[in-house]
Amino acid sequence: SSKNIINYNFYELVILFNSANDNKIFYLIWSSHDDLKEMLDSNKDSLKLEAMKRIVAMIARGKNASDLFPAVVKNVACKNIEVKKLVYVYLVRYAEEQQDLALLSISTFQRGLKDPNQLIRASALRVLSSIRVTIIVPIMMLAIKEAASDMSPYVRKTAAHAIPKLYSLDPEQKDQLIEVIEKLLADKTTLVAGSVVMAFEEVCPERIDLIHKNYRKLCNLLIDVEEWGQVVIINMLTRYARTQFLNPNINGGSGDKTFYGSDEDEDEDEEEKEKKPYVMDPDHRLLLRNTKPLLQSRNAAVVMAVAQLYFHLAPKAEVGVIAKALVRLLRSHSEVQYVVLQNVATMSIKRRGMFEPYLKSFYIRSTDPTQIKVLKLEVLTNLANETNISTILREFQTYIKSMDKDFVAATIQAIGRCATNISEVRDTCLNGLVQLLSNRDELVVAESVVVIKKLLQMQPEKHSDIIKHMAKLTDNIQVPMARASILWLIGEYCEHVPKIAPDVLRKMAKSFTNEEDIVKLQIINLAAKLYLTNSKQTKLLTQYVLNLAKYDQNYDIRDRARFIRQLIVPTEKSGALSKYAKKLFLALKPAPVLESPFKDRDHFQLGSLSHLLNAKAGGYQELPDWPEAAPDPSVRNVEVKESVRAVGTVTHRDTGALWGPQRMEGSESCSFPRAQSSEEEERKHQRKSKPRKSESESESDEDEESESESSQSESEDSESEAEVKKKKKVQTRVNYRGRPQEEGVFLQTIAPSSTLKSYELLHRITGEGLSVEYCFSRQPFSPDANMVAVQMQFTNNASSDTKNLHIEDVKLQSGMRVKEFPEIELLPAGETATAVMGIDFCDSTQAANFQLCTHTRKFFVSIQPPVGELMRPVFLTENEFKKEQGQLMGMNEITEKLTLDVKCRNEHTIVQRVTTAANLSRVPCGSDKECRFAGRTVTSGSLVLVTVATKEEGAAQLTVNCEKMVIGTMLVKDILQALTQ
Amino acid sequence: MIHSLFLINHLGDIFLEKHWKSVISRSVCDYFFEAREKAVDPENVPPVLQTPHHYLISIYRGKLFFLSVIQTEVPPLFVIEFLHRVADTFQDYFGECSESVISDNLVIVYELLEEMLDNGFPLATESNVLKEMIRPPNILRSVVNTLTGGSNVGETLPQGQLSNIPWRRAGVKYANNEAYFDVTEEIDAIVDKSGTTVSAEIQGVIEACVKLSGMPDLTMSFMNPRLLDDVSFHPCVRFRRWESERVLSFIPPDGNFTLMTYHISSQNLVAIPVYVKQSINFFEAGSCGRLDITIGPKQTMGKTVEDLKVTIHMPKAVLNANLTATQGNYTYDCTTKMLVWDIGKLNPQKLPNLRGSLSMQTGVPNPEENPSLNIDLKIQQLAISGLKVSRLDMYGEKYKPFKGVKYVTKAGKFQVRT
Repeated sequence: SSKNIINYNFYELVILFNSANDNKIFYLIWSSHDDLKEMLDSNKDSLKLEAMKRIVAMIARGKNASDLFPAVVKNVACKNIEVKKLVYVYLVRYAEEQQDLALLSISTFQRGLKDPNQLIRASALRVLSSIRVTIIVPIMMLAIKEAASDMSPYVRKTAAHAIPKLYSLDPEQKDQLIEVIEKLLADKTTLVAGSVVMAFEEVCPERIDLIHKNYRKLCNLLIDVEEWGQVVIINMLTRYARTQFLNPNINGGSGDKTFYGSDEDEDEDEEEKEKKPYVMDPDHRLLLRNTKPLLQSRNAAVVMAVAQLYFHLAPKAEVGVIAKALVRLLRSHSEVQYVVLQNVATMSIKRRGMFEPYLKSFYIRSTDPTQIKVLKLEVLTNLANETNISTILREFQTYIKSMDKDFVAATIQAIGRCATNISEVRDTCLNGLVQLLSNRDELVVAESVVVIKKLLQMQPEKHSDIIKHMAKLTDNIQVPMARASILWLIGEYCEHVPKIAPDVLRKMAKSFTNEEDIVKLQIINLAAKLYLTNSKQTKLLTQYVLNLAKYDQNYDIRDRARFIRQLIVPTEKSGALSKYAKKLFLALKPAPVLESPFKDRDHFQLGSLSHLLNAKAGGYQELPDWPEAAPDPSVRNVEVKESVRAVGTVTHRDTGALWGPQRMEGSESCSFPRAQSSEEEERKHQRKSKPRKSESESESDEDEESESESSQSESEDSESEAEVKKKKKVQTRVNYRGRPQEEGVFLQTIAPSSTLKSYELLHRITGEGLSVEYCFSRQPFSPDANMVAVQMQFTNNASSDTKNLHIEDVKLQSGMRVKEFPEIELLPAGETATAVMGIDFCDSTQAANFQLCTHTRKFFVSIQPPVGELMRPVFLTENEFKKEQGQLMGMNEITEKLTLDVKCRNEHTIVQRVTTAANLSRVPCGSDKECRFAGRTVTSGSLVLVTVATKEEGAAQLTVNCEKMVIGTMLVKDILQALTQ
Repeated sequence: MIHSLFLINHLGDIFLEKHWKSVISRSVCDYFFEAREKAVDPENVPPVLQTPHHYLISIYRGKLFFLSVIQTEVPPLFVIEFLHRVADTFQDYFGECSESVISDNLVIVYELLEEMLDNGFPLATESNVLKEMIRPPNILRSVVNTLTGGSNVGETLPQGQLSNIPWRRAGVKYANNEAYFDVTEEIDAIVDKSGTTVSAEIQGVIEACVKLSGMPDLTMSFMNPRLLDDVSFHPCVRFRRWESERVLSFIPPDGNFTLMTYHISSQNLVAIPVYVKQSINFFEAGSCGRLDITIGPKQTMGKTVEDLKVTIHMPKAVLNANLTATQGNYTYDCTTKMLVWDIGKLNPQKLPNLRGSLSMQTGVPNPEENPSLNIDLKIQQLAISGLKVSRLDMYGEKYKPFKGVKYVTKAGKFQVRT
């Protein structure tokens, strides 16, 4: 090793002088790594870094560096980020071996889990969960649970990744982990979706019931999930669909028009023909529709996943779309081709018509690797039919001349298969193969013999000359399989070659001892058959062969010889069987069926490892058969009305704006009840998307009324029900008149009920029975005039009472304030309670985050106001309005041209829609072409003036004057949206 | 999913191993070496192997095997596609993907692998996100780093992972804003002995180099988008917009990326730019052969054919070639049996010709098959399918970028059977 040291020093010098590439690391393994320990203990980060780089290089090369553990682990809290990362790499690698020492590092990660930066929280969880030390399982479990309800979707994603890690460390945690999975499955962000489905597949793939409620959401999110997640989700949904929907090809329903006439319809079970016409479940359709665009993915795995989904789930007439995409993949890397061709081979047996137009794409080039050639050949053979067989055979002729002999052998087999399947070309093929018998290459000849043997079995009487020709080959051909085939042929059809057969046996008897076992068996066979048909000439030969076989080394051959002797040579002891010897040996044998090795492989899910290996791989989930009757489709209904500002969707939404309309739809439409979903979706296509959701029309009237009712009963406890109802009538009339705030109790209560929209704060499933909705009641908040009143309605759907409902841990942007509602001491099961809290949003649309606590649980929730709720109406006269407007020109004025929605061309609806979007009051106006509204922001009291001037044919102009420009801009957006749809 | 990764060079040495779950002994690779031995050609090693306890999925790239170890069911393409992504990332970071370059940058490679998979499941595979976390090596920085003790690991945390458009970094700034697109088409064809086209298809790809500040939103439209039979896109392309309007609308990644690939299948008429007249004969007597090849232009749309090259893989029996070329040079490698005729520019007035005799091994029977010719060529400023970009518009940013589109046609797998 002294030579090594010199080399090492030399390199070190080179590095010092060059300094060009600090990654050139050459190291020596000292017996105890003393130098590295020293470097790790030093104060200099650069030395530590250098040491860590060397250590990681050792790990990368598979060298043992475990004795450095104590020295390395000390640096886990190092400030230098690269050192820290490398320490993590080391720690994860060796923690399993050094459990006790690894525990020293845990507290660092626990601290990291509480960091305000989401990326640090995520990375702490990632490393913590990768440390395979059983003792920290409870810590991991806690960390995962906490992270699963983190505000940041990235941290939640990391939590999903951590689940399978913990599961593999301690499978006992399964039940608890399933709870976390269930919770994360409900997540609405694309970032989490792929990871949690992956966790689901690893931990509890049998819990298909967890998918029901999330099915539509997953379908809708799919296009925006990252590629790897898409693959996992699509594969899982394929299985799901097989358990929940009916076979679309079952009874000639919608898609089944025998479009590809040549197909054998094996999946159409005759007995199962029901009279009821098949109607595809809309959810089944949703899956097919939403996966189809992914056929255009650049990722071959995604394309394959969609292709298998269509193959297993789509009506026959629709499966065709996948062919084009699969053919495209054939241009990719040869490994991709290999896998794709295997799957195409399986598919092309069931759905030949699908690939027929692409026949030429499977033609073989001399530069293809052999394994690809053989697979292409398989596909070509599967695609052969009466119309294209001549083209295919012409191709095959070129292939037979190839230098690649394995490939030639495969081609010969392919020709044989074509010949058996298509009777028209049988003779042509046979003649071609016979010509190959004079080929110079023995492998080619041997393969031809085997194939010819199989073909001859179909019509032996016509081809005695071929049999004669083959008999002559025994002198030359050495390949055992071929020799065995020839001998069998001669024996079987010995009456066609009565002269040659005994001579062949004579030659074989001579060489018997030198033959391979399969050949020996066939010699015995031949001898027996000749003995039965032509005992005069062959009796002695047969005896001789049987005697040789009797002393053979192989017991199979000895057995066979004994058995045959008893059977054919009658002695007094021989039983009844020998009478039938002739019948036994010379019975007519059925012709062999030449089948594709890919036949029936589709009982494995295509694209899977198990399909490729044609054997069940560990952890493979069987693709279930279609159910006979569809399970209840209502299990997929989601009862959430509309969780617009649900916790944690905020980041997603903000960036979502970039995506244009099509990208937004996914995250939202899933929350609609089923009946509306398709219609709702279409509407969204037309709508110009905004980052924040506008007031939605999908809310049913009933909800709103009950909402406003309760709001009134809350604020006016003394009033009776009847009075309230009366007022409601009044309110529809008074509604859009000016509504100055200080006008006394009566006017105050007539908040326009139709404009009150409630949002979900806590869903009853996440809240474990407790559901909370809130609305902006548009009432002044009496304790503090600068706050917006938020009215909350608590419903206890659980079977037990909920106690001590209150707010804790309010997280706010600076300047914002919250006035909590008084604690609700008891909310009995099934009861509903309301409370009002005040939030000073500081004239911004920042969310207020806090925890809603019960006596047992805490829930993270957040309230984010639409900009229209940040103001309160003021009463102005027309002149005052104009005067104020004059002072808010220039930068403070925003004007937008718009085309009014068809349903929104009269004054009444304009007023209604504007006041719905924003808490403003109408300003009286002389002209009927103009509607004016005024308000002040709640916190700073800045004036907000809105003018809608209508022109011909629905054209209109919207002007907003406000000294707070941000508020102005956002308000313009919201009102625009309210008016244009 | 993916348990471990081994990188193996052409000699069969494992020079890097990485485990994402517990450690698996490298002896598992023995099964692979066995299969490698059997396959003779590295290209013929089955990509998926089954061993008693594991499954091995491998790819062959740049004379290296990337061998991954799997324990349970996983779609094989998922793994293969990921391994290629790893190789692409190395290529992107270091300019090539070879053993020496990986060994030189072992630590960066290891850090990359660490970020790309978490517990065997892909985490960050977008090059833009990775580059935010781990900077690619460059000479200037490594000098600075050695002097100051700085590091390769980005100080900032990767915001890209959090965003809905993970392929684009935030806060991109350029002094010169430019966007270049290269439309490259490759003709895959099989022409038979008589000169008839057996099959021909076009594989197109649009590579982009976009250096634009901020968050530009680009729209590219084509004169004749109906030409394209089948397309695949970078995830940035809005698919519905393509479906409805046949325009590409996207927020581009920063730097180089493949915007789309397309396929024009053999059902359409594909122009073949050159024809080949050839005769290759081997004579039993005298153990020699004769070769005569002439190439001429066929459908070139008035452009010049450049970089014309003919490669022939001769049968084993051919010992040497004694030829004369009217244009360009030829070489014959007796060990690999490769005859390469480098022609260069095709002059329609004076067609290039290569003729002469081949000396054969005596006593060996004639090869039965004539070798097929593989043609390479290049035509600048032409997309042979006729595809044309008609507009490129930018929204979302105020500045005026430089825009450019370049077309080139190449021969892909262009084979002439003899």
